[in-house]
Amino acid sequence: MATLFRARPVLAAGPGTTAGNRRRISRRTALLLGAGALWLLGYLFLHGTGTLALPASELTDLHRSLNHFNSWIAENRAGNPVFMYVLTPLRGAVGSVAGFFMAVFAASPTGQVIPVMGWLGTVAVLTWVAFAVGNLRVALLTAVVFSFFGFQGLFVDAAYTFALVVTAVLLTLLAGIPLGVLAGISSRVQKVVTPVLDFMQTMPSFVYLAPLALVFLIGPASAVIATVIFAAPPVIRLTSHGIRSIPENTREASDSLGTTGWQRLRTLQLPMARRTIVMGINQSTMAALSMVTIAALIAAPGLGQVVVVALQSLDVGTAVNSGLGIVLMAIVLDRVTTAASQRAEPGARRSGRLSGRTRFIVLSAALILTLGLVQVSRTVMWAAVFPQNLNVGPAISGGVSAASDWLQTNLYFLTHSFQESVTIGILNPFQSLLTDTPFFVLAAAIAIAAFAVGGWKLAAVTSFCLAAIISLGLWNDTMVTLASSLLAIIVVMVLGVVFGVAMGRSSRIDQAMRPMLDAGQTMPAFVYLVPFLGLFGANRFTAIVAAIIYAAPVAIKITADGIAGISPTVVEAAVSSGSTPWQVISKVQLPMARKTLALAANQGLMYVLAMVVIGALVGAGGLGYDVVAGFVQSSVFGKGLAAGLAIVFLGILLDRITQAAAAAPVRKRIS
Amino acid sequence: MNSPVISVRNLWKVFGTGGEKVPGNAGLSGQSSAELLESTGCVTAVRNMNFDVAKGEVFVVMGLSGSGKSTLIRCLTRLIEPTSGQVLVDGRDVLQAGTVELRELRRRKMSMVFQHFGLLPHRTVLDNVSYGLQIRGTAKKERESRSREIIELVGLKGYEQHYPDQLSGGMQQRVGLGRALAGDPDTILFDEPFSALDPLIRRDMQAEVIRLHKEMGKTMVFVTHDLSEALKLGDRILIMRDGEMVQMGSGDELVGSPADSYIADFVSEVPRADVLTLKWITGPVAAGTPSDAPVLASTTLIRDAIPLVSGASSPVLVADGGGRIMGQIDRDSILAAIHSSGSHHPATPGKVAVGASKESAA
Repeated sequence: MATLFRARPVLAAGPGTTAGNRRRISRRTALLLGAGALWLLGYLFLHGTGTLALPASELTDLHRSLNHFNSWIAENRAGNPVFMYVLTPLRGAVGSVAGFFMAVFAASPTGQVIPVMGWLGTVAVLTWVAFAVGNLRVALLTAVVFSFFGFQGLFVDAAYTFALVVTAVLLTLLAGIPLGVLAGISSRVQKVVTPVLDFMQTMPSFVYLAPLALVFLIGPASAVIATVIFAAPPVIRLTSHGIRSIPENTREASDSLGTTGWQRLRTLQLPMARRTIVMGINQSTMAALSMVTIAALIAAPGLGQVVVVALQSLDVGTAVNSGLGIVLMAIVLDRVTTAASQRAEPGARRSGRLSGRTRFIVLSAALILTLGLVQVSRTVMWAAVFPQNLNVGPAISGGVSAASDWLQTNLYFLTHSFQESVTIGILNPFQSLLTDTPFFVLAAAIAIAAFAVGGWKLAAVTSFCLAAIISLGLWNDTMVTLASSLLAIIVVMVLGVVFGVAMGRSSRIDQAMRPMLDAGQTMPAFVYLVPFLGLFGANRFTAIVAAIIYAAPVAIKITADGIAGISPTVVEAAVSSGSTPWQVISKVQLPMARKTLALAANQGLMYVLAMVVIGALVGAGGLGYDVVAGFVQSSVFGKGLAAGLAIVFLGILLDRITQAAAAAPVRKRIS
Repeated sequence: MNSPVISVRNLWKVFGTGGEKVPGNAGLSGQSSAELLESTGCVTAVRNMNFDVAKGEVFVVMGLSGSGKSTLIRCLTRLIEPTSGQVLVDGRDVLQAGTVELRELRRRKMSMVFQHFGLLPHRTVLDNVSYGLQIRGTAKKERESRSREIIELVGLKGYEQHYPDQLSGGMQQRVGLGRALAGDPDTILFDEPFSALDPLIRRDMQAEVIRLHKEMGKTMVFVTHDLSEALKLGDRILIMRDGEMVQMGSGDELVGSPADSYIADFVSEVPRADVLTLKWITGPVAAGTPSDAPVLASTTLIRDAIPLVSGASSPVLVADGGGRIMGQIDRDSILAAIHSSGSHHPATPGKVAVGASKESAA
């Protein structure tokens, strides 16, 4: 509920003072009200002073020294031992793995040379793999979707994206599963790993890119490394969780038979954690796809690249076409890994499935057929390069562009007036409230609020983050990003409460909505921008709407689980004492789900922040713009790097405050 | 009694930081468990335990929940590390054993059956039973044929390829039993194995354990909180309270002469005629008893003597193992024993029984 304690003081300042006599207010409320009043007074009387605004092209000394650092690295890359013996070989190794998969699946992007494996071979191999790890249904889905990439005219791009995802997931699992096993077995490792993973997961995907590009240059290798860092936490966490949640009595039974540590791992822990580990692989794969598409900004080839180029030239048609490709890829990866996790369930092989031997025969026959198709794709032109006359990509793009143009022209009065009125009526004043208040007043208000929520420790962390942002010279841009994030999270929380309560109270609504929310959560952040760009054009508003849609599923799901998790006895008691449904919701369910709501706000805020930053691609300003500009122009590289750091500090600040709000003791006075 | 298979000497288990200081420190070890918890924050689960288990014996450890019985049985194979003392298995101190020796002990000498079965859900019945053999490196063919024999022995033939979650609770525990038997250990430890089962199944499983004990003659250490189960299975019973031994003896000793009011209260509901033997109610031979009156062995259960005594025209003589006449019983003494078992005053049957035992001992 981070947003509420920031917004509430402003709204409650008036009645709070008059009501103060009638009802004793707690110290915490008083501090929050004080912080709000300070902020408001600062805004009213010191408006426009000490805003620390820094025009887009201007740099601070820090930014310039970061620029120097960048050029220093570029000059000394060859001679420095750290680069010579560690970083450059690492880059080379990762690059060659990525290169191998790209050569296998995508081959030459021009289509001039017959590739190692033509499109038909790739489709056949992937279909066979989907069948082997999943089932016939997901195999068919794979075949259809990958063939469809050909019809979209995007087969090579999709194959690049897929090759990078495969490389990244492979490396992630190679590092992540052993680490997760260690963390599952040893509490000491767990204690070290958990805070690192927590930190990694609060960072928006965006901010990994600049530092990695600095060290590893741009290109597929650093894209893969960024993806591995981003995608590793889920599989590490879930592997450890899977091992830790094995019942104590099973472990004891195994110990009583005299197992060695290695035997215990092999016969008990890994098999019993298998399903959870595969769920981790599913989540890591989805994270990897998300990151691989965003890594287009550091020159990773593939569908993301097509979207970025299209977004930059505001070509909605092409963006939608390749965005659709990313969505389809996400669906395939999700379905196949989910099917694999179902297969990994302990009893799965006995319920109406093929017996071991039959399955082996079917798989072998299918493999022979697959190899045959691969051979065909190496020799016959139409099977090697997707026939150009079947390419309906331009038609799709053209149709979408036309539709978007029509919408923007004919619904202009609707979309434009809606966007304008929100921007002028809410967004601008709110942003001004943050950006035009002197930085020292607002920073003090935030620190006081942090103290009210989480005591001295939180106030210290918050002050440190604020000081870091100020010294990075990006206070004003940070406030722009913060304003968009806060507005988005308010809407997200409204959606979260409305739909979450509806889902929590009715299992029918839950069943209807959950598949949609699940699907929404698996989509890479990137593709959310595309449809709203088509509707609202390139501006902050589009980014905020995309952020709302991106973050809403997680907030709704957490809220729904919180509401559904309330003991039915309590609800029954409330109903039996004659409460109306509204009273049950407002007096029982929402107050009891308070901590869950704070958790939903915490998670939602992380999603919103990630999206608002990426929204720079469609015209949102603030820190995201600085980061993107840093990739494009080397003269502002240092500023982009600093903006990435500022995003990290803003993320930590928001995460810690909302977490403290989630952990804060619930006061006993509920009604 | 044969030489003991397991000898437990001065065994302590104190949970909590600083618990290792308690057994050696006279000031601390003298305190009661409640006082220790108060003064040091440590929980004394097993306190200065001493007992022997003979070869082929069924030794039952009984107590209410929290009495430390499950901790005690885990200390025997160091599934829980004891704080101090000795556990001698075939003369070797388990507490001094290294990793390899301990592992060998668990693999070959002692195996355990658990309350919640602890089966591996991803393995079939056959693979669960052969798990212990696999762990110790038995070849696949041999362990499968051995496991099939065991599965037949525990009455699960035909279920080899089923998974644990397809079986009822009783059948799952048969798998647990089979797993413990497969390695052909000298001793089987049971930790409340039938508490999670419903009463009818429990009765079947108890009969199963009695049958297996008769057929295989394994030493068994059996933990339970159920007195009737303890009396049914146990050659000897050790009753624990707050980590301490309260009384140890055969079932009829516990019922016939409870050591204190705690035990007396415990056994007050037991149908005495089913547990006590004639020696507990034998009185001196009366002057009028004919010398050709029927004779019964003193080890006969009272219940089994009823038809003869009620049909006889005179009191019945009781003879000890050597055929020497110890005394006599009559309808009145049997009725008194049956009557007192329904009583809710623990002191009364206690007094009667104690009185009787003193007379018979004299």
